[in-house]
Amino acid sequence: MDIAGSKSSLTWAVHISVLALVLLWLFPTIGLLVSSFRTADQISTSGWWKAMFPSEQNLILRADSPEMQVQEGGLYVIEGDLFEAGKKVDVSVYGVSSRAIDAFVAGEAGELNNGGSITVSPTGHYRMTHTEPFEGTRGQRIFLTATTPPEFTLDNYKNVLLDPSNSEGMAKAFFNTLTVTIPATIIPILIAAFAAYALAWMEFPGRALLIATIVGLLVVPLQLALIPLLKFHNEIGIGKGYLGTWMAHTGFGLPLAIYLLRNYMVGLPRDIIENAKVDGASDFQIFVKIILPLSFPALASFAIFQFLWTWNDLLVALVFLIDSTGETTVMTKQIVELLGTRGGNWEILATSAFVSIAVPLMVFFTMQKYLVRGLLAGSVK
Amino acid sequence: MHPALQGLITIVIGISGCVGYFYFSNQFIDKVLFPPRGENAGRNINRANMIRPWLFLLPALLALGLYLAYPVYETLRLSLTERSTLPDGTTAYAFVGLDNYGQMMREPKFWEALRNNAMWLLVVPALSTAFGLLAAQLTDRIKWGAAAKSMIFMPMAISFVGAAVIFKLVYDARPVTQDQIGALNAIYLALGGTEPQTWLTIPIWNNFFLMAVLVWIQTGFAMVILSAALRGIPEGTIEAAIVDGANPFQLFFKIKVPQIKGTIMVVWTTITIVVLKVFDIVFAMTNGQWETQVLANYMFDKLFRANDWGVGSASAMVIMLLVTPILVWNVRNARKEMK
Repeated sequence: MDIAGSKSSLTWAVHISVLALVLLWLFPTIGLLVSSFRTADQISTSGWWKAMFPSEQNLILRADSPEMQVQEGGLYVIEGDLFEAGKKVDVSVYGVSSRAIDAFVAGEAGELNNGGSITVSPTGHYRMTHTEPFEGTRGQRIFLTATTPPEFTLDNYKNVLLDPSNSEGMAKAFFNTLTVTIPATIIPILIAAFAAYALAWMEFPGRALLIATIVGLLVVPLQLALIPLLKFHNEIGIGKGYLGTWMAHTGFGLPLAIYLLRNYMVGLPRDIIENAKVDGASDFQIFVKIILPLSFPALASFAIFQFLWTWNDLLVALVFLIDSTGETTVMTKQIVELLGTRGGNWEILATSAFVSIAVPLMVFFTMQKYLVRGLLAGSVK
Repeated sequence: MHPALQGLITIVIGISGCVGYFYFSNQFIDKVLFPPRGENAGRNINRANMIRPWLFLLPALLALGLYLAYPVYETLRLSLTERSTLPDGTTAYAFVGLDNYGQMMREPKFWEALRNNAMWLLVVPALSTAFGLLAAQLTDRIKWGAAAKSMIFMPMAISFVGAAVIFKLVYDARPVTQDQIGALNAIYLALGGTEPQTWLTIPIWNNFFLMAVLVWIQTGFAMVILSAALRGIPEGTIEAAIVDGANPFQLFFKIKVPQIKGTIMVVWTTITIVVLKVFDIVFAMTNGQWETQVLANYMFDKLFRANDWGVGSASAMVIMLLVTPILVWNVRNARKEMK
């Protein structure tokens, strides 16, 4: 919408402020994403924002060992490449001692400590020569200051997801999260849909009071439910486990589900329902054949909410699911634990966090329309 | 049994149980209890219609009662009792009146949590709503607004724990001799700071760094709701203001904002509720150390670390008490709307 009389400089200001806002909001997540594709060394030596550009680094590499030397007309020579073929590096200076890592300019000859000479080219090709044989078992250390191209790796993901020997891996937790989420999303929908239909289209005393109660229950903090329900679960013998978690998620999700669905169903055209009644359809038939299909958008909205909420949940899983064996740990809990034990290992943390974030993000971007619709219907007006 | 199989069976039992319950209970009323034929047909139809709504509501009411209403009562009761294990191994609950509340009041950590919660309550809803309103107004006026909105809305899908990791990376600190990998310290040093800061360990200020995470998540929510409200403003009022020579700022603050005051209140209270329950962010980032305790995390500490159900329940009741005004306000609004 363009407002008459607004100046073009103002329009520019709007574009720039929106861009700044978007970048500010994206920046943290991108940082994590980029970091999950970097090696531990890369993460700890430079900020992720430098990962996209060639960066100047100080490297310590080794030339081939003296066993590889050849004789060329009276000279002993060791020759080779410090980088893999095809890698676009640019060596600026090099040295052979940790005290003078920038002793020589790339491409020009330098002196070895044992009296020989060395040349390292800007591409990382080196040639060491000496009149006497090179000795020892290890190759000469070479210190480089080189600009290397950005480099990304999938190893972190392999390590976190596919390595069965990795006890801190996310594969099991991913699976457990999925096991919690799917029943906890599906079951409340059905229970809520019937209740919402009764509240929307059936006349009975106490209806208004019930609706008010549900609006009230919408904001009851689930913190209150922790101990009483844990006690209850222990008394009926299900203790900690999936069953109790599914039940808890169902209970906690119901107020929003009923509220959303009722609001939507009330708006459905009265004619359709009354015509069906005149034709002799029972309430049950009306519900199954007319209301349920027509309410699909609202059902989808709630399903997305409940999915995101159960997938991202930590508290309910901590209290109702995860026992001392840790067999049923979920991703959020696994990540909190990694934050404690692997606080500095960003390659593991970033990758694990991204594994858990990826699914909700996919759901978000594919079903955003329903999410927005649900939010608009769900906030108490 | 394998959990996946258990999950599958639960889905099947849950769904077929639900459908079966609704189907057969309806059949039962219509065919057996009150058949709409014979001499009492009319009376039977009326009776069936009186009972049917409750059939539809029963499973939901049971679940709501058990999982939300009963806990409020039970937590209140537990907060007034002291749990102890008797010599024979059984657990006993003794009524102790307000002792648990008294004990809680004497703990400095409780007051710290209350103070921090008060700061959260002031800062997070205000900033989220303000950023949301700004984003809503700005993105409505440009072509790529929908894409921009989607990006600002995205953190909504990210878990609090995921967001905690994301921001821990932002706040990371390295010794001054090394390259900084945390964006905040990199910016701080670039702007002339001399020493990298461990942001999460600086009392009082660290609370704001935690709040930033929630603001980051909630702004998208505020933006989506407020953007819809802004679009719902009648064109006439805007055109009239433009004709009268209002500049864009006057138009926004004097014409638009007053007309969406109701929605702003809704957004504000909804975020307030989220703030009162905030747990994961503090739990994952500082666990209440360095004076960042909040009520929900304090409660979790009491319940599951100190194993003190009395004080834990008392602090849960404090959260409930703080939520109550909003609960009442919401219920009143909903009732007004239904009339």
